[in-house]
Amino acid sequence: MITGALRQTGRLFALAAEVVRAVFRRPFQFREFVEQFWFVASVTILPAALVSIPFGAVIALQVGSLTEQLGAQSFTGGASVLAVVQQASPLIVALLIAGAGGSAICADLGSRRIREELDAMEVMGVSPVQRLVVPRVLAAMGVAVLLNGLVSVVGILGGYFFNVIMQGGTPGAYLASFSALAQLPDLYVSELKALVFGFIAGIVAAYRGLNPRGGPKGVGDAVNQSVVITFLLLFFVNMVMTAVYLQIVPPKGG
Amino acid sequence: MGIEVVVEGLTKSFGKQSIWRDVSLTLPAGEVSVMLGPSGTGKTVFLKSLIGLLKPEKGRVLINGVDMVNSPERDIYETRKLFGLMFQDGALFGSMSLFDNIAFPLREHTRKKESEIRRIVMERIEVVGLLGAEGKLPGEISGGMRKRAGLARALVLDPQIILCDEPDSGLDPVRTAYISQLLIDLNAQLDATMLIVTHNLDIAATVPDNMGMLFLRELVTFGPREVLLTSDEPVVSQFLGGRREGPIGMSEEKDAATLAAEADAAPSAPAAPRVIVPQLEPSPGLPPRRAAARRRERVMGMIDSLPPAARSAIRETYAKGSEAATLPMPTAGSGA
Repeated sequence: MITGALRQTGRLFALAAEVVRAVFRRPFQFREFVEQFWFVASVTILPAALVSIPFGAVIALQVGSLTEQLGAQSFTGGASVLAVVQQASPLIVALLIAGAGGSAICADLGSRRIREELDAMEVMGVSPVQRLVVPRVLAAMGVAVLLNGLVSVVGILGGYFFNVIMQGGTPGAYLASFSALAQLPDLYVSELKALVFGFIAGIVAAYRGLNPRGGPKGVGDAVNQSVVITFLLLFFVNMVMTAVYLQIVPPKGG
Repeated sequence: MGIEVVVEGLTKSFGKQSIWRDVSLTLPAGEVSVMLGPSGTGKTVFLKSLIGLLKPEKGRVLINGVDMVNSPERDIYETRKLFGLMFQDGALFGSMSLFDNIAFPLREHTRKKESEIRRIVMERIEVVGLLGAEGKLPGEISGGMRKRAGLARALVLDPQIILCDEPDSGLDPVRTAYISQLLIDLNAQLDATMLIVTHNLDIAATVPDNMGMLFLRELVTFGPREVLLTSDEPVVSQFLGGRREGPIGMSEEKDAATLAAEADAAPSAPAAPRVIVPQLEPSPGLPPRRAAARRRERVMGMIDSLPPAARSAIRETYAKGSEAATLPMPTAGSGA
């Protein structure tokens, strides 16, 4: 049981290492990369924007009501913005990349595996990792980084709207507290998180897709598992990255 | 000329289930070999092990000095370019048209111009008789057409070693005859080493130079076709005769009690002596198979070590010599 789990973990890391190596191997599958990039972007942009508006709003409302009770209402902007940029935005992005993009990648690779397409590719001396997995993982990472910017902006606008319109905050206080607390490293770490999460989502989806167990039903199970495993990993990695960030980057307000 | 494939002591199991043990054989360069065996004896696993898709626990598969089992992945990928493998159901890429499927190996491994690729691909498509279907997706054509498209894709890089996984499954007898002729014609044109895995008796009787049989986790025998065709080993004669009486049961082997009961029961109609059908010749207009001459020399060299029945069968075959019957087969591809 435990050795089984360790073996799976080991193989997952082996695939990750193989993908990283294959990224630098010529020829780079540019066409496949563009197609996958476009596909992942097209299935994630709209849901990401739609999710981030209410998410920004919830944080604004919640933080707003808390700061109001503490008498620090003018700092609502800064607090909610930090929460959106650093935490909410990379996670929303990752959930959508894993849920919409990763599941499609996993199902695609899984069905190719059971149709023996991947075997055929290997027989023809073409590595499926280089030909198929690398472009998909890079596409997931690229879309995650770009999408993270979109979600941050939309989330901040949503928070601004709800704070100013619904809770009677003043625009000036919102913006002033924003620039008082936020600093550029917040954005950097946010983008770094999105990049790492995109990588994890892509690798897990590819790993489960390349190794489905037992026919078409196995592909369905693999898709399901890939999303769950990705979520588990994401939240754990997010915790570690946040802890490290708080240790090494001094807060601006302090 | 094709490349010799040497298999030494190959053993494969999935978990506790052993598939076959200690399989050793040599596929002579440029000759056509057939691997027979009842369903579920690991014939496909054997094919996939030859090409390095599956890793047997023990043994070696040597091709040009590269061991497909234990060599570094990089060498295995290089060596695979010498292979053409025809999968059981074609294993075509579902998202590509037949043309793109067949052009795939060329686009990946060569720097040929698109016009040249088009010429080669259309040539292969014509060989397998798929002209007019090149724009279709694999999902839009019949199983037999998928098979032939898979064969065309396997051929496009002029492989030195061609492996066919059940080329007949799902085909009617007429199409199977066409495929048999096609395989022999290909051998005459490419002089490639070929291994066909099948349980079709017509292919087994007419196509190969050499035959082997897998049963009960062992390689029963492998050698010149006459050895297997004249063999009186119970497994072989039962299989070639397609009878129920014998060691092969519905699920692999029969137990001793069933066999004894069978022996006691009144013997069913005695098996007619098997006649050795002459091997297919290349279609008229094609060059003679260069492997045939090499095989003749090889087999005559080892003839004293063969069983007497096989010896006389081989002498008989070669006595007929040059006037060997050429079956009136239409050229492959037309209308199939």
